[in-house]
Amino acid sequence: MVEWSDSERSTIASVWGKINVDEIGPQALARVLIVYPWTQRYFGAFGNLSSATHGRTVLNALDKAVKNLDNIKGTYSELSQLHCDKLNVDPDNFRLLADCLTIVVASAFGSALSPAVQATWQKFLSVVVAALSSRYF
Amino acid sequence: MSLSAKDKAAVRDLWAKISGKADDIGQDALSRMLVVYPQTKTYFSHWKDLSPGSAPVRKHGKTVMSGVAEAVSKIDDLTSGLLNLSELHAFQLRVDPANFKILSHNILVVLAILFPTDFTPEAHVAMDKFLSALSLALSEKYR
Repeated sequence: MVEWSDSERSTIASVWGKINVDEIGPQALARVLIVYPWTQRYFGAFGNLSSATHGRTVLNALDKAVKNLDNIKGTYSELSQLHCDKLNVDPDNFRLLADCLTIVVASAFGSALSPAVQATWQKFLSVVVAALSSRYF
Repeated sequence: MSLSAKDKAAVRDLWAKISGKADDIGQDALSRMLVVYPQTKTYFSHWKDLSPGSAPVRKHGKTVMSGVAEAVSKIDDLTSGLLNLSELHAFQLRVDPANFKILSHNILVVLAILFPTDFTPEAHVAMDKFLSALSLALSEKYR
């Protein structure tokens, strides 16, 4: 079970509150597709679906995690099934997206993303990544 | 995933823009590494103060970034160019090479914070590739 301190909970809520999903989502996804080009393979099947739309979808899904910090694994059970069993995404790519998301958030937040805030944000993302990967083991 | 001519040009371009702030970048990246990845503190148990921006962190940030600067100048052959540094890390410091990835990530985060408009996706991929190649060159003498 993941433990969240009160200060971590408020940090996550505060960071999430400042994130513009419509901007950050597409930016993060676009960055992943450029920095790690093999990930484009997973989006070929989308055809005309713009990566802007999917970027928003992905980031909106994080909202569920923010609102269910004490049960991220359960909250993501279906999404994990989708990504693991149907889409067959290598779980290492979840970590790559998480890293790109951190970098995009860093661009947007500047020094407001202090080392301590970065630590909490990355802890949150690693719990999300683990939940998404949970169907593999 | 070796560095193309385009990658090297992008790295040199970005380095020209950021090198003036190399000390700040080094200090900030190292500070973040120690906070976000506490296991890395094991290498610095001899320091009095491991908090962000402390004197030993600032001093060491400079050292690390001058290594990066050296790597930029030797970008055409990192493996032979960084042999001495590789021996240092392999035989003396014995830094687990997994930590190179960790520090690289924090350097990228700091670049995004300090240079949001210059750190485009294209600059990002070139820098990520360069830091990976640098890490590989540092690992050369490990075994």
